[in-house]
Amino acid sequence: MQLGPFDYVIWIVSFLLEAGVVVCALRGKIFYKYLSFSLYMLCAALVNCAQYVCLRHFGFTSHEYMYTYYYTESLLTIMLFFVVIQLYQHAFVEMRVSRYIRSAAALLLIITAGFSYAVIHQNKDHLTSRFAVELGQNLYFVGVVLTYLLWGAILKLRETRTRLIQLVLALGIYFSATAGTYALRNLFPGLESTILKSVFPLVGVWLPAAWAYTFFKVPEDARLATARLVARAR
Amino acid sequence: MIIPAFICVISAGLFLQFFISYCRSILATSRSVELSDRVREVTGIESEHVAAGDFARLLQLVRLCPESGDDQTEIRAVGTYYGLLNVIERISRPMAPALATWTEHERESCSYFAAVALDRRISYSRDLFTQQVADRL
Repeated sequence: MQLGPFDYVIWIVSFLLEAGVVVCALRGKIFYKYLSFSLYMLCAALVNCAQYVCLRHFGFTSHEYMYTYYYTESLLTIMLFFVVIQLYQHAFVEMRVSRYIRSAAALLLIITAGFSYAVIHQNKDHLTSRFAVELGQNLYFVGVVLTYLLWGAILKLRETRTRLIQLVLALGIYFSATAGTYALRNLFPGLESTILKSVFPLVGVWLPAAWAYTFFKVPEDARLATARLVARAR
Repeated sequence: MIIPAFICVISAGLFLQFFISYCRSILATSRSVELSDRVREVTGIESEHVAAGDFARLLQLVRLCPESGDDQTEIRAVGTYYGLLNVIERISRPMAPALATWTEHERESCSYFAAVALDRRISYSRDLFTQQVADRL
């Protein structure tokens, strides 16, 4: 299995968008205000470069590329947890509960990693690669749950900051799409070389595209009534 | 096998919910914008509401205008949302009329968004034209 022109285009677009978010944050002087977002995008762009170098040196089917891919992805997912923590802090800024949010998120992260290790420990034959896939699936799913809880809190608190709302929703879309794709891959390994091969990079483009749009297009003081966003059949 | 199946189902459900809310957040920002007389004249829209079925026609007109470079992401997201709503409406019309009514209202919002996007692009084109004329002079 080799990468085609489509994969390279997606790769380049993804890298440009990630770099674009960092530039947008720097130019808009919000790099420190959204520090975890900016750092995540910076690291994602660097990871893209590292993966490309690894691909050129060792090839797409090599173990070196596979391990680089999974472990850098796992590290990026863990970095996304810091993004979620910062979003919680933004949402609960007036309640002064930052310390509790950080402790709860760290505890959840340790439990997820421990649970993933326990599941794979029973199947030791391909420990490292299976662990990476299992960890990815579980981390993304915990991300989905955390983002959903945050979204529920935003609705309950009647949060009106458009930028915060769009950042949370974009992250929710990314987490749920990736967790679902990982789970499908676990359920139907045969799909990996056909449909899922294109889904992962496309989902990867979504997050930098949506964040770039939000930082570039939505002003900091834009407001939105959350009640208008909840889908209700009349 | 149970855990991946559980994660898959829950993730699919939450993905839909996040995606619908995200698209509605984009549509909500266009709802507060009044359509100009110029765009009403071009499209033939007379009332405050834009018909749900006008979306494709409006999007074609949007594509005829020069790109302003900053609205492609939202147009694509709303286009996907409109497609999803079409599917939901076709499925729900015989089974759940209330859901079909809701999708019709959402499709109208999508059409209104497309009309606002067209309005912006027409303004952008006029600005470009004015600038070119000024440069020549």
